[in-house]
Amino acid sequence: MKLLQLKNVTKQFGGLMAVDNVSFDVERGSIFGLIGPNGAGKTTIFNLITGIYKVTEGEILFEGIETNSMQPYRVAELGITRTFQNIRLFKKLTTYENILTACHYNVRYGLVDAVLRNKRFKAEEKGLLAHAEELMNIMGLEDRRDVIAGNLPYGLQRRLEIARALALRPKLLLLDEPAAGMNPDETARLMTLIKEIRDRFNLTVLVIEHHMDLIMGVCERIVVLNFGKKLAEGTAGEVQANPKVIEAYLGEEEVVVC
Amino acid sequence: MDWFYIKGILILSGINLMAVLGLSLLTGFTGLFSFGHAGFMAIGAYVTAMGTVKLGLPFAAALLLGAAGAALASFFIGRITLNLKGDYFCIATLGFGEAIRLILDNVQYFGGARGWPNLPRSTNFTIVVILNIIGIIILANLINSRHGRNFKAIREEELASQTIGINVFRYKMTALMISAAYAGVAGGLLGHYLGFLQPKMFQFIKSTELTITVIFGGLGSISGSVIGALVLTSLPELLRTFAIWRLVVYGAAVVFIMISRPQGLMGGYEIPVGKIFKKLFSRFAYGKKQAVGGGKQ
Ligand SMILES: Nc1ncnc2c1ncn2[C@@H]1O[C@H](COP(=O)(O)OP(=O)(O)O)[C@@H](O)[C@H]1O
Ligand SMILES: [Mg+2]
Repeated sequence: MKLLQLKNVTKQFGGLMAVDNVSFDVERGSIFGLIGPNGAGKTTIFNLITGIYKVTEGEILFEGIETNSMQPYRVAELGITRTFQNIRLFKKLTTYENILTACHYNVRYGLVDAVLRNKRFKAEEKGLLAHAEELMNIMGLEDRRDVIAGNLPYGLQRRLEIARALALRPKLLLLDEPAAGMNPDETARLMTLIKEIRDRFNLTVLVIEHHMDLIMGVCERIVVLNFGKKLAEGTAGEVQANPKVIEAYLGEEEVVVC
Repeated sequence: MDWFYIKGILILSGINLMAVLGLSLLTGFTGLFSFGHAGFMAIGAYVTAMGTVKLGLPFAAALLLGAAGAALASFFIGRITLNLKGDYFCIATLGFGEAIRLILDNVQYFGGARGWPNLPRSTNFTIVVILNIIGIIILANLINSRHGRNFKAIREEELASQTIGINVFRYKMTALMISAAYAGVAGGLLGHYLGFLQPKMFQFIKSTELTITVIFGGLGSISGSVIGALVLTSLPELLRTFAIWRLVVYGAAVVFIMISRPQGLMGGYEIPVGKIFKKLFSRFAYGKKQAVGGGKQ
């Protein structure tokens, strides 16, 4: 079944077509890759899916529900959450507080319950604390529990951002260049982690990567973008063999060489 | 210095603290700067006075009415301005504060610019202390809950807050309304302490003073706000013998703190009041057990 559908999605910034008539479907339970050179429009697609930007044309459906006009927090309530290319943690809060804050969504006690510290508050808060601890352990962050998030090493900050996203118990997790700044070794471990998370939490994962070879191993299906347009779609093998993709990437490599 | 004089300073400190506590939620925990909270104090003050004088309500009920009035006004302001980016919100509150004062200057029903004399002097030391304790407990309970964590998340990173499902607009509105209600109570207390009201008591400088106090005490710290309000209200009073120099000393103290401790006195930390109490209590209980001669070993 299709979890997420993009239908002829276009996003225009002034004269710039950041996303140009892009369509693709994401199967429930899959790990789906979105790749392309810098400026191809990948992050913009994430911003459209999460409601941070509004689509210029076309529509986005999540479980058949149109999300175009929804506020970002409503999209999150539907079960879509994300990480950011330029990490956006709650920098002055600790690792634990970052995760705990995101757990809020699973309980409903109100302001008055909090002020009165009543039974409902105590019971639900206890559940939250347990959930946050559990996630921290699963993500291997327990020995950094009380470290201020802004002081964590880069790799752990990315990991914490994923942990925070998982706290929502999402159905669809969007990862924007989660391997940026990591060495090949760390990247390989991250890709294994993504698979584990998918299986453990029954997730669907949509992952952006800038380097093609890194995600070939994990993604069941890949869409290649270039200059806002969909260049190719298919399995890793199909995409790699596609002449248009080779051209786009070789073109980019030449720039690097010069 | 006699007790009467000290009590007067403490009452004024307590009244300021009430407004500062609310502002602490808005500025220190939610990250929204306001330069119009004197406006909410004014609304609280005049509505409370209307309650006691014109409607003949008991003081407590009138205070609640004043708080509700201020919160209601903040709701309308919030509807218009909370969607604006941070700096614009700040400027909008400034405009609001001045507008309220100018309106009161011209409403003859409340005495206009000449003021409103002969209010019942119902505010006393006990009431101020009790209300502040209640105010602190409510605020502390709020901060130590999922709602408090959401306020802080918005302060830290608004976009990420949205993507973890926090309705940022609603939380900002909540913080604004609660802070306005606190300011409203402070205004109600002030009018019924002094026995009269004048619009010029709620000038822009009053709003600034409240914000300075929150920053001085440390953003994101309730105990910091308490210390800040006590120090910064009593300092100019205690320095009164220096006459004109007192405000210079006041300003210098603020500048000194801002340079030596930019995060404010407490800077996000709290005095662990609960723990201290527990320790004292357990020592007390232990002593008692010993005196009784036994208990479980
Ligand atoms: N808010 C914005 N305003 C104007 N242009 C934007 C905005 N966001 C992205 N763009 C432009 O859209 C294009 C695609 O950007 P982006 O989606 O970030 O690329 P990618 O993530 O694939 O590197 C770029 O040319 C970028 O400059
Ligand atoms: Mg990007």
